[in-house]
Amino acid sequence: MAAATMPGGVRRLASGLQGVGRVGLLALVFGLGALAQARGLLPSILQHSADVIYLVQQHMRLVLLSGALAILVGIPLGILLTRRGVRDYADAITQIVNLGTTIPTLAILALAMTVLGLGAPSAVFGLFVLTLLPIMLNTIAGLRSVPAYLVEAARGMGMTPWDILVQVEIPNALFVIMAGIRTALAINVGTAPLAFLIGGGGLGELIFTGIDLMEPGMLLAGAIPTALLAVLVDVLVGAAQYWFIPRGVNPLR
Amino acid sequence: MIRLERLTKVFAGITAVSGVDMEVSAGEVCVLLGPSGCGKTTTMKMINRLISPTSGKVFIDGRDTDTLDEVTLRRSIGYVIQQIGLFPNKTVEENVCVVPKLLGWPAGKARARAGELLEMVNLDPAIFLSRYPKELSGGQQQRVGVARALAADPPVLLMDEPFGAIDPINREEIQDEFMRVQAALRKTVVFVSHDIDEAVKMASRIAIFRDGRIVQYDTPDRILAHPVDGFVADFVGSDRTLKRLRLTRVEDAMMKDPPRVRGEDTLETAAGLMEEHGHVSIVMVGPQGRARGVVRLESARGRQGVVAENHEKLPGVVHVRDDLRKAVSLMFTHDQTWLACVDEDGFYKGYVTQRGITHLLGATYREG
Repeated sequence: MAAATMPGGVRRLASGLQGVGRVGLLALVFGLGALAQARGLLPSILQHSADVIYLVQQHMRLVLLSGALAILVGIPLGILLTRRGVRDYADAITQIVNLGTTIPTLAILALAMTVLGLGAPSAVFGLFVLTLLPIMLNTIAGLRSVPAYLVEAARGMGMTPWDILVQVEIPNALFVIMAGIRTALAINVGTAPLAFLIGGGGLGELIFTGIDLMEPGMLLAGAIPTALLAVLVDVLVGAAQYWFIPRGVNPLR
Repeated sequence: MIRLERLTKVFAGITAVSGVDMEVSAGEVCVLLGPSGCGKTTTMKMINRLISPTSGKVFIDGRDTDTLDEVTLRRSIGYVIQQIGLFPNKTVEENVCVVPKLLGWPAGKARARAGELLEMVNLDPAIFLSRYPKELSGGQQQRVGVARALAADPPVLLMDEPFGAIDPINREEIQDEFMRVQAALRKTVVFVSHDIDEAVKMASRIAIFRDGRIVQYDTPDRILAHPVDGFVADFVGSDRTLKRLRLTRVEDAMMKDPPRVRGEDTLETAAGLMEEHGHVSIVMVGPQGRARGVVRLESARGRQGVVAENHEKLPGVVHVRDDLRKAVSLMFTHDQTWLACVDEDGFYKGYVTQRGITHLLGATYREG
């Protein structure tokens, strides 16, 4: 949008600079690749490709399961905490949940393990707890930011509380709610490697084993796909934000 | 149509509205007027039960609204608020169709209705139906707000300072438009305002509120001419008599069937007519009766010739549908004590004089 208001010369210069940036980025990636190749890193990364494919799937299962659970619990919880009657206790409840996030992720995983035992269920639970809070807090913030007069107009027109929630409150809060999901899932993907420590599997297997064996190739074979997955999830949720939120309340459109 | 009976609202020990009794007849625009915190908005919101009364009753069309489900009640009452409150996530069409949809109208009928309503408020449906509220100016948004309130054709309309947030030029225009729509639809309207000029312009009756009570409930002219106490007098302003000028149209104040001359008449005829009526000037009309010019007594008396060769330009004319404020303003502009009045085709219909207007405004005081 800013580019549209710039005079022609400046715009050409800006797009020129952008072009230079793109070429520079490509050169940097190429250079790093060449360097990796020269030091024998690339072959040592690629030698794990079969493991990577299997572990990426496992990693995504952890993320999707815990993320979906967090969305399914976090959004209704956020909605509940903004309803009349509960609203007054919302701050106290969010404080308690907030306190929960100050516990290190590793500790949550360890605690989950003591109850649920080794394996994927504890990992999913740990990641779920971690992802829940940003989703819930953004749902509350989004719903609170819907102007009171909109709700009053809706009430005055004879909408039921359910109509108001579905037709007015949620659509107008959706951008903030989805921003919460976007952040939460990015954190989730990045934290999921810890699941390996309690037998949950995922790309952590390559990362932590790589560290223990002092094999940078193995470490990178876990770390690079993890980073790429985080970017991919961010792009996907971003696209959903762009397309699913009504144009009238979508700052991206 | 709407009757409030000893309506009272107490908020945490503070009485916001205290024993309000009033009745609004079908097709009337009732303006609730008063300073902020006087209880006018609370009173209005008790009509559609956005605020539930502490005691007292509201009857609409003879029915006690306590016996109705509040959602059903609200769907039968149009509601317009100052912040407009269009839903930003919905298009103009979806906004207008909210109540029809809640009432379960078929989509086609609701859609047709939305187009019809936009035309009524002077917005082109082809352009605006698919727009989002953020793509509209403030004035256009409030037009849609009014259309939305009228969507399901409710008999009653509640309006909470609907034009308060719109700039003065657009406000006049949208008020005029609303009055035009109201003249056609004859809804029963309860309108909250703190602007006396708006109230005088729109109201059939004005209820002046102070500290949760109605101080005076009367027609605009009675309120301006006979404020019941110092509070009302102060509120309506020291220029209240001037405000009354807006309430009367020129056609109701002018002298009808005035004497006139034609171009071919002699100056002698003109002077004779003026002397007969005690006037010092007379309007010359064209062959069809359109006002063309004026002949003065001093230039006609005792002289020979025809009117056509001795007339002067008319020093300003006023339209019969204009209000007296415009007439008086024109008199001051042209330094005249009278004005010729014409209809939309320019035909000479009568004249208004400063004395006539003064007399008319004074009539109400002489009776009392």
